[in-house]
Amino acid sequence: MDGPSTTFSASSTASPPTSPPTSLVAPRLLAVHGHDRSRLLDMLWELQRRHGHLPEAELAALADGLGTTLGDVRQTASFYHLFHLRPAGRHRLYLADTVLARMHGYDHVLAALERETGATLGGVDPTGTFGLFSTPCIGLSDQEPALLVDDLVFARLTPDRVADVIGRIRAGAAPREVANPDGIPTHLREYVDALVETNVRTHGPVFFRPRTDVAAVIREAVALPPEKLRERVSLSGLRGRGGAGFDTGLKWRLCATAPAETRYVVCNADEGEPGTFKDRVLLTRQPELAIAGMVLAAYAVGARHGILYLRGEYAYLRHYLAHQLHLMREQGLLGRDIGGRTGFDFDVRIQLGAGSYVCGEESALLESCEGKRGNPRLKPPFPAQVGFLGHPTIVDNVETFAVVTRVLEEGPEWFSRMGTEDSAGTRLLSVAGDCDLPGVHEVAWGTSLHDVLTLVDAPDAYAVQVSGPAGGCVSVARNGHRRLSYEDLGCNGAFTVFDSSRDLLEVAREHLRFFVGESCGICVPCRAGNPALLDLATRIGEGRADASDLAHVESWAALLRGTSRCGLGVSSSRPLTTTLSDFPELARAAAARSGEQGLLASFDEQAAVAAYGPAAERLVAAREEGAGS
Amino acid sequence: MSITVTVDGVPVTVEEGATVADAATAAGAYVPTLCFHEDHPALGTCRVCAARLDGRVVAACSAEVHDGAEVEVAADDLATMRRQVVGLLFAEGNHVCPSCEKSGRCDLQAVAAETGMLTSEFPYRYPGRETDPGDARIWLARDRCILCQRCVDLVRDDEGRPVFTLTGRGPDTRVELDHATAAGLSDEQVAAAVDLCPVGAILRKGVGYDEPIGARRFDVASVRERALRGERR
Repeated sequence: MDGPSTTFSASSTASPPTSPPTSLVAPRLLAVHGHDRSRLLDMLWELQRRHGHLPEAELAALADGLGTTLGDVRQTASFYHLFHLRPAGRHRLYLADTVLARMHGYDHVLAALERETGATLGGVDPTGTFGLFSTPCIGLSDQEPALLVDDLVFARLTPDRVADVIGRIRAGAAPREVANPDGIPTHLREYVDALVETNVRTHGPVFFRPRTDVAAVIREAVALPPEKLRERVSLSGLRGRGGAGFDTGLKWRLCATAPAETRYVVCNADEGEPGTFKDRVLLTRQPELAIAGMVLAAYAVGARHGILYLRGEYAYLRHYLAHQLHLMREQGLLGRDIGGRTGFDFDVRIQLGAGSYVCGEESALLESCEGKRGNPRLKPPFPAQVGFLGHPTIVDNVETFAVVTRVLEEGPEWFSRMGTEDSAGTRLLSVAGDCDLPGVHEVAWGTSLHDVLTLVDAPDAYAVQVSGPAGGCVSVARNGHRRLSYEDLGCNGAFTVFDSSRDLLEVAREHLRFFVGESCGICVPCRAGNPALLDLATRIGEGRADASDLAHVESWAALLRGTSRCGLGVSSSRPLTTTLSDFPELARAAAARSGEQGLLASFDEQAAVAAYGPAAERLVAAREEGAGS
Repeated sequence: MSITVTVDGVPVTVEEGATVADAATAAGAYVPTLCFHEDHPALGTCRVCAARLDGRVVAACSAEVHDGAEVEVAADDLATMRRQVVGLLFAEGNHVCPSCEKSGRCDLQAVAAETGMLTSEFPYRYPGRETDPGDARIWLARDRCILCQRCVDLVRDDEGRPVFTLTGRGPDTRVELDHATAAGLSDEQVAAAVDLCPVGAILRKGVGYDEPIGARRFDVASVRERALRGERR
């Protein structure tokens, strides 16, 4: 058993089960979680920490205890890529395979990992010690290449560092001793700081200021009637920071006025958009702002229970965040009669995700909180009306909740005066790539792309991937004057800079590959259409596209945009379409190449004859062997 | 309460709560569906029922109309999208109609004919898909599965437990049959599960060719005729 002691829930810490390895752990987990299906992910995590994978006998016991079938438990377990149904090594290693990692030595680090562990990517080494897997962005874009080892993380990897880390684990050290040699307790911020950097580069008016007295903000807020609180949020003009930009005050009003006895508040800390990491930094530096925002939302809509959904890749934050919740409870800011308001009871539990980008979509996130696959729901109804377990639920991003706390501290007018007419306030940017100041920058909405690039010291910027793969690849020359705002160039926080040495078609292809792997698979256009788009992007990037391929791009993209069930499929074509539209020179070059060859361009001559050589060699070898015997 | 909407410019009256598909049917405009079953809530997985509601492309099976709504069904771009979705299904699976027991009563085959999907514009992938023949009564032929989720969401045993489930995600998503639970189903429940499958993925062993060709569901009435009569099952 590795890793720190097990947190069963946000409110209690129990020791790991001590039963002998031959007996099942599942019955005890079921008892701890009250045979509650919505805690299935917690139970699966516990089983995996215990066994290194999810043994079928344990899953069958869980199914029995939850009154369902083994197949039903497996459909949840198999959805999340951090869960393993087969033995996956005593230590599970996940190397982030991202565009940024590939710009910073990914290939060398992967080679070193395969050499040092003896495992090939996707497999387990012969001794069963290391399982080596690939994973999309783990929120460390400003310190790639980065590697998860069980629930720890190692950033800024080099082949030498890999040799050192793996060598010490091989020699018997626990990964936590290697990552945290000073043995800092896992609930302290110093522990998180020992693992990863939180690079705050530009302090703005909203975040990373001297400490906010959240107790005072909460006490003042709960002295108001809830509708007054909602009104103040509405007056601020705050729009959701997760990307969709929905009016926060309106969402809260819809939830508060939906007829129901029970309501929930959920904080979306499933920061999965490749290139973004500002929520991780916010949760590390100012977690109290986000948690207080949840408390304020609970008061505003009448909720008693909250869930902080933390992506599985951020497992190393969970003890720290659980401790922050504990501190809030000690101050009377969570629990009963919060802020001195009799009858205002609210508490928060942490739900750890398990590796799935689409769970950042609010309805998929709620499915995941219920212990199911992260399949996005049909909308309407929206979560504010029908959410967690069918109850009206507020789902807001970490940054949104944190802004709410600051809005109620400084007043809605203070906030609405900043930014532009339709985009009040500021925006945290996760800046990475070809610039000298990667990290988190706070800028006012309305700041131009050029001005951001000056701020982050990127004089050679050629393109910016704004909002990650789901956003667009923007030409600095053509569109550097555009302003970050909902009315012009929307931005969910990801801001990745490329200079002219980068192959943007390769970037687009990597992003499409990401969407193929992260599609939940239940709607046709996204499940089957993204692989088709990836094929197009591959042929275009390799100069093998023909005229029909180029003609298909817009038609197939329109199909996915129009008919997909959720935002993933609606936006997944954007890496390809925006790159081709903002960089017409790349599109022209692709079109020109497609006319050059005598063969149909899509015909891959190398691939077609690749099997001939080895087959001929085998034939010759077989003949010689026959002649020799 | 009745409300009035227009479908391709034609005004029709429908009940409040009606979907875009209901409104289209009321106007005599055919919208194809695959995952939708009239006895159950919309699943919204196949996306073949693309129509336009007030200028936005929606899934007609689940999007509700409001008084004064403008619905479009016939526009060329919508017809293209519907045909493309069917084409994606044919390209991602292994659909060989001439050798399929379900031919003539297969929704996918019938909808392909109605939408003009004769050859997919998407590259055929010919995936290797494992068949599950292990159950005593049910043959799960994944080659033909379109992952509509009807079986996953709607088939339950007497204790309310799911019999069919999904594993994996993205292009690797597949339907699983829980043999232990399936063994507890009655013959009627098995027959209902077979009937629920819009394609030939869930078949009853031993009775593959029970219904003669020429007398099958879509031999008797086309999928268009049935849909316009309000029969979507």
